[in-house]
Amino acid sequence: MKTIGLFRFLPALTSFSIAFFIIFSPALKAQAPDDSLSTTSPDALAVSIAPPTSLVVFDYKYDDGEALELTWVPSVDDLPVVGKVTGYELYRSDNGGEFYKITELIPGSNNFRDEDLSTGVNYVYYIVALSADARAASVKTEAIQTHREWLNFNLKYLFLIALIISASVIYFIETARRGKKLFVRKIAGLEAVDDAIGQATEMGRSILFIPGINDMDEVQTLAAITILGRVSRVVADYDTKIHMPVSRSLVMTAARETIKASYMAAGRPDAYSDDMVHYVTDEQFGYVAAVDAIMVREKPATIFLLGSFFAESLILAETGNSVGAIQIAGTARPAQLPFFIAACDFTLIGEELFAASAYLSGEPKQLGSLKGQDVGKALAMLVILIAVILATISEIRPLETVRYVLDFLIQVFTIKT
Amino acid sequence: MEHFALWLAAFLTLGIISFLYKDNAWYKLTESIFIGLSAGYWMVSLFWDNFYGKFWVNKSESPYLYVGAVLGLLMLLRLVPRIGWISRWPLSFIVGATSGLWLINYFSSNIMKQIEATILPLFSAQFGSGFDAGAAAIIGNLVIVTGTFSGLVYFFFSKEHKGAFGRTAKLGIWIIMITFGASFGYTVMSRMSLFIGRIDFLLSDWLGMIL
Repeated sequence: MKTIGLFRFLPALTSFSIAFFIIFSPALKAQAPDDSLSTTSPDALAVSIAPPTSLVVFDYKYDDGEALELTWVPSVDDLPVVGKVTGYELYRSDNGGEFYKITELIPGSNNFRDEDLSTGVNYVYYIVALSADARAASVKTEAIQTHREWLNFNLKYLFLIALIISASVIYFIETARRGKKLFVRKIAGLEAVDDAIGQATEMGRSILFIPGINDMDEVQTLAAITILGRVSRVVADYDTKIHMPVSRSLVMTAARETIKASYMAAGRPDAYSDDMVHYVTDEQFGYVAAVDAIMVREKPATIFLLGSFFAESLILAETGNSVGAIQIAGTARPAQLPFFIAACDFTLIGEELFAASAYLSGEPKQLGSLKGQDVGKALAMLVILIAVILATISEIRPLETVRYVLDFLIQVFTIKT
Repeated sequence: MEHFALWLAAFLTLGIISFLYKDNAWYKLTESIFIGLSAGYWMVSLFWDNFYGKFWVNKSESPYLYVGAVLGLLMLLRLVPRIGWISRWPLSFIVGATSGLWLINYFSSNIMKQIEATILPLFSAQFGSGFDAGAAAIIGNLVIVTGTFSGLVYFFFSKEHKGAFGRTAKLGIWIIMITFGASFGYTVMSRMSLFIGRIDFLLSDWLGMIL
């Protein structure tokens, strides 16, 4: 039991660690000068055109030590239309070795980000301007190494906002745990879940649950599996048959665990069978062929299409519709939602899919999470309202204070890459 | 051999299309071949791409890969009922790591960038001198701001959709539905291209009716 207790906290622990690591790790990049001005001259080349000048190389900040940024002033002969320069070639030497061409650039270029580099290697660059009959090289840069940064301060505002929302989530979870009732408005599609399962029971037909075609690294699949927990609990209570063909082995494992837990919670572990969930194939349309056939042959009374769907969404929804099943669908993929809305009885649109599990379960943790997210949405609405008013005012009558506040808001929500 | 493969592909394509008439033995045969072949293909592909290509080839260079390998092995413990519960650990790691990874992506794309893109003036002298240019920019910005705001109201779950709040939410769902309607036709056409591709195969490659 102790192991299971630890297991319960592992997803949250791992998720927090990963999020923390990403925020404070060099995932995104920004630039800051690191004086490494060029000093020496490369081999003499033809000089009928002027070379690029002021070639500067500096470390790319807040990355994993994999990139350097180069800037230069283009050749004075690099002019639009009448210019003689036809392009540039950038050369690099690693650890004092031979120079070799790393890229070709179009006329007018004045910067380049050299990526996929390694730490601990000395890099030296020079750039050559090309014309139809001549080449002109810049001076070489000094040797420079890449540096790895542990903290990505470009994401500081994102971290702060995440912290506010996370604090709200924790607050509401604790509030719910203390027994305070948290209000969540009705979500039409979810109201129908119990009725749909009840109807399947009355008709003596099965329930088909399709969790999309993505793996467990897709948040929509996670949401679908969470809803499956509630659906399978009702299924276990009603003694209805549930059938869940999946296209990913990990989803199969997670789904089996979920349904098994529901049957145990319902006090009917003997009624559970691993055969309720079975793997078909990873191939998208192979999976669709199998699911369509299951729909036509078993004629399920209720079909859940919840998760991440692609081109197969309309095929599945249409086939389900043709066998007369009640269909409850939900996805966060905007391109597939129109099909579900057209062919299914109830559709959970985007965020509703994620809210569904909280609404259905009524558990403090999930309800608190939902309420915390609502705090985030309220903040977003407030910021949009204020910022749009400020932006409009600053266009009509430029005021320094208004511009300052507006610039700050824009800066907060701008992710530097 | 090439002719045999062509005829086999045409036979299987027609077998799948025959499902449009009704479920039949031809479809069942084609379905079984399709599923069996693809499942086998994916198993082999995942073994060579992931286990061999990512782990086996690079294991000496990156010791971190052993963590993944051990987690993968733990998954296989499901096959031993007595210690099958250990397979929950890698599963927990995957679920937790996924949540953590997506947390940042979602915050970045669904919150930060969305808000940044919505901070627009509803009027500006720089929108254009002509009426058309100015009106188009004003209406465009108004739609973006109103659409985003009312959409957020619709997805706000802590308040009943009543009164002014309810009317704003209704506007939000209308805008969402109009957006879906616009994307419906576009996506249908892209799905049609899949069908056209198969018909093209039958008429061109197989029957040679289209040169």
